[in-house]
Formats: sequence, structure tokens, C-alpha cells
Amino acid sequence: MSATRSTLEEAPARRTGGAQPALLLWLAGCLAITLALTFGGLLVGASSIHTSIGWILAPHAQSSIVLWQIRLPRTVGAWLAGALLGLAGAIAQGVFRNPLAEPYLLGTASGAALGVTLSLFAGGASVGAFAWADRLGLTGAAWIGACASMALTILLARGVLQTASLLLSGIVVGFLLSAVTALLLLSKPQMWRTMQVFLLGSTGFLGWPSVALLAAVFFVCAIPATLLSRGLDALTLGEDTAQSLGLSLPALRLTLLGIVSLATAAAVGEVGIIGFVGLVAPHLVRETLSVNHRPLLIASPLCGGALLQAADLVSRFIIQPAELPVGAVTACLGGAYLAFLLWRRSRNA
Amino acid sequence: MIGNSRSWRPGRRARGFALGAGVLALAHAAAAVALVLRDDLGRSVDAPNDPRRVITLLPSLTETVCALGACDRLVATGRFDNWPPEIVKLPKVGGLGDVNIEQIVELHPDLVLYSNAQRVGARLSELGIAAFALQTDRYADIGRTVRIVGRLLGVPARAAALNARIRREVAQVRAEALAARRGAAPRVYFEVDPAPYAAGPASYIGELLTMLGARNIVGAALGAFPLLNPEYVVRRDPDVIFVARADAPHLAARPGWAGITAVREHRLCSFSQKTRDLIMRPGPRVAEGMRAIADCLKREAP
Repeated sequence: MSATRSTLEEAPARRTGGAQPALLLWLAGCLAITLALTFGGLLVGASSIHTSIGWILAPHAQSSIVLWQIRLPRTVGAWLAGALLGLAGAIAQGVFRNPLAEPYLLGTASGAALGVTLSLFAGGASVGAFAWADRLGLTGAAWIGACASMALTILLARGVLQTASLLLSGIVVGFLLSAVTALLLLSKPQMWRTMQVFLLGSTGFLGWPSVALLAAVFFVCAIPATLLSRGLDALTLGEDTAQSLGLSLPALRLTLLGIVSLATAAAVGEVGIIGFVGLVAPHLVRETLSVNHRPLLIASPLCGGALLQAADLVSRFIIQPAELPVGAVTACLGGAYLAFLLWRRSRNA
Repeated sequence: MIGNSRSWRPGRRARGFALGAGVLALAHAAAAVALVLRDDLGRSVDAPNDPRRVITLLPSLTETVCALGACDRLVATGRFDNWPPEIVKLPKVGGLGDVNIEQIVELHPDLVLYSNAQRVGARLSELGIAAFALQTDRYADIGRTVRIVGRLLGVPARAAALNARIRREVAQVRAEALAARRGAAPRVYFEVDPAPYAAGPASYIGELLTMLGARNIVGAALGAFPLLNPEYVVRRDPDVIFVARADAPHLAARPGWAGITAVREHRLCSFSQKTRDLIMRPGPRVAEGMRAIADCLKREAP
């Protein structure tokens, strides 16, 4: 972990005045990609680009439904879910001072998924179709599950700073909770296939209510996180530094981990378990830019959103009109990236 | 083979366990072998002569055995087997993925009939139990299964009669449905579950729909049960949607689905669990299942 960690720890030291224009360039790039993907997301699936553009310019009833009720919320929702995961990953990596910390590897996503499954069992509802109350209840249940699994992971690792054992216990907790979810689902075979698709990550049924909920949670998470970014910088430099700055460490950590759990819970509640976006997004930012936490917390969601949007585009384009679970696409991309990180680390060691 | 006598059998429970698998294997090998058949997994099975104790691990196979008048030979079935009523009380030895081999051995069957999707055949043969795999996914499998099971049970004449009856009934349901439709072909979407998985034309249900003159909105190239992009259903705007009863009230809440004609005009076909079993199982009650689909199409199609 030395190579990746050193990037992280040297980051504030290497920060120079040149970072600001670079950051702006970066953000502009992410926005451009996002817009391109949104447009692409609106076009995908018709027999040709021409009919697609025709659809948009001269809509008849069915095409305008597809455009406004399905493709636009799906594309925006995928971006928001990816942004939430990117934010959660960036915060988690700072709090745990661990470059591989992210909701999926920490087991938090599995906890949220268990919460979702339990609430579906209690309510008897089916995935993809909810009234508002159901939707809020689902996110709440996911949050409880995410917080509980986070606490379990930290407890097993005996604290937040045990770098290696944190990941191990995260993986243990993830497996354990996934197994509980699987056992629950085995008792209801009629839910099995649907939930399997949902748990693999699915953006298929993102509508405007989902988008509204994701957007609300995004602002609830992103604003306090950005305000606490100085605290995160201090945490990264070490507990002593943080304490000498007069920060209350337990309160700071608790707030930040609460934000990570909430962001994860909202994303999992709407699109299922999507791995590695939370890992890859902050890494891509740090690979290209030496920054402290405030810009990192702004750039990582942008990057995560663009990543998930791109994965969603691939998932529905590649075998249309059938589709792949988007989580499978991100797992392929993210797994390859993780392998690359490990390979580079072993080469540098 | 060690011998052809059936005179010796292990004790029901205690001895079977005490003596272990090896002795069991010998004991079962001793059952008279009538013919060697190749099953649907390509395995050669020494089919016992006139099997009296039969276990079926799939609902459609259970129904086939009973339709051949051999219900009294069944000593156990799979967990989801619920038809005909006389088999409901029989011991259940597991589902698709979790067949209980020990329980099967204890029941010392002469013959086990199972689906080629279940991975129990090799283990059962090692234990000396004749296990025959049958593929029952498609319409054409029904007649073939009836014929093979009839042969295995030693009632080939009954099998031929049953097949003739099934063909006659299906032809009748089909003719009535097509006559009632007068050439119109409603476009249908059959949702297997809300992921959404559809039943394509290459699935058993898809075949029934095609036989009844409906047009599936899913193309054959996508395979039997493709996971669809939900907007595809909106774009194809089916005339009738087949959907599980629990999911029907939620269709309009899915993004954009309120704009589908079938949803707006409530042209939905949902079935009770009993009828759903009937429709989903490629077995001797196929005509009954087809009639349930045809009745709903007649009612709902524009």
C-alpha cells in the first residue's frame, strides 16, 4: 500500500498554486463527459442515430414518454448514484487513511442491501415500484443497515486506523451480510431473480421520484462534507495534527462516517450494489491532480457520476434491447483497476 | 452387474445407513435391469424392470407419472410438486438446487426421474440408484417425456394414448382461440418477473403464446428469458401484458409505463398461483394451461 498511500499523504505537501487551474480544467472535463453521456444516454437504443434525433426533435406520444419519463431520469439518476458513491469513497479513504476504503469493500453496501431486503420483506413490495412513503422507508432501512455494518466492520478491525485489518473485516462483514441476504431470499423463491438483478446493480427503473431522492441526499451529504474538508485534511496528516488544531476527533469521524453511510444507503436503495465506483473515482482524481480534500470532495462525485453514467450506457447498449446489470459492468472495470493498483504497488515495492 | 435377483434389499433406515454406500450400491445393482436408455444428459441408465418405487424431482414429471396412471408408485416428490392432490402428502426431497440425497437413499427407490438442470444424477448413480434425467423446457419435450416415462414405467400403450389425448386437446384449444380471434394477432409481453425478465418466443410460455396466434414483443434472438431494458416494453407498446398478480398494481408506477396502452386500458392478464403453475409447467395439463391463456387473451385483446 506504500505507493498509493504516499500519494495520499504527500498530497497536501505537493499542493501548489498551480492546482486551481488544473482543477478547473478537470471539472470542466468531467462536466463535458457528463453532458456527452447524458446526450448519448438519450439517444441509445433506437435503430439509428437519425431516428433517435428524429424522436427528440419531432416527438410523438411514445417517444416523448421514453425520453422524458425513462431516459432522462435514468441518465440523471445514474449520475447522482455514481456521484454519491464517489463522495462516499473519497470521505471513507480520508477517514480511514486507507486508499482502498470504499462502501463496497467496507461491507457498507452489503449492509444497506440487507436493510433494503428486510424492508421489502416487511412491506411485501417489489423492487422498482414504490410510493413515496415506501421509498423513504427503504432508504431509511438501507441507512440503518449501512450504519450497523460500518460499526461492525470498525469493531472487528478494532478501530478506524488498522489499515489492513479494516479491509479484511470489511470483506468479512460484506460476505456475512450478503449471505444473510441470500438466505432470506432463498425463503422467497419468487423474489429471487428480481432481487438478484437488483443486488447486482440496476439502473433500469430510475424515475423522477428516485432522482429527487438521490438529489436531496446528495446535497445533504455533499455540503457538510465539503465544510468538514479541513478536518479531513487534518485527519489525513495524523491524529496529533488534528487534535492540535482543536478538532473533536470522535464527533468529526462520526459525522463523516454518517455521511458515508447515508450516501451509500441512498445509492444502494435506488440502484442496488454497485462496486468499485467509490474506489476508482477518488483515485482517478488523485492520479491526475494533487489536491487536498475540498477539491477532492468536489471532483470525486463528478468523476463517480461520469463513471456510473458510462457504465450504464454500456450496460444497456451492448446487448440491446436486453441489458446487463450495471454493477457487473462497474465490477469488471473496477476490478481491473484494482488489479492495476496492486500490480503497480508490487512493482514499486 | 452382480446378479438379477431382487430378493435381497437393505433394511429401510438403520441398515441402509449402517452398511454404507458401498453395500447399498450392490443391493441396488441387484434390481433386474430391463433396458439401457440414454437420458437427456447423455448418460446411459440401466432402467429397472417394472419399477414400483419411483421418485420424481420436478412438478411436470410428477404430473406425467400420475397422468400415466402410476401415481401409486410415487414414494416422494420435489418440494414444489402440488398436483395431482394425491401426491401432496408424499415426502418432499428438495427443490431444484438442494435435493436431499440422503433422504432419497433412505426411501430406496427403483427409479428417480429428475430435471437435467438438477445436479444429482452422478451422485445417485454412484449410490446405485437408477436416475434418469429429462429435459422438459419446451412444448416438444412434453410428448417426448410422456413417451420415455411410459417406457421406463413399462406402460408404453398408456403413453401413446396420453400423447394422442394431449395432441387432440391442444389442437382443439388452438382452433377455438384462432377462430375467436379472426386473424388479429395481439402483441403481447409476458413478464416472468419484474427485473424485468420476459418470456421470449424460445421459451415454453412463448411457444404457447405463438401457438395461440399472439405476437411476442420480444424477438427470438434474445433467448428464452432475456433481462430487458424496461424502456423497450414502452417503445413496443404491447396490446396485452401478462404479469404476476403481485406486480400488476405497480406497473403504472414504473417510470414511463403509465404510457403503455395495455397499462392505461388495463389490458392485463394475471393468474392465481394455481393457474400460473399450470401455465409454467410443460406437462400433460398443457391444454388446460393454454386454455387459461387463450381465455384471457380473448377477454383482454383489443
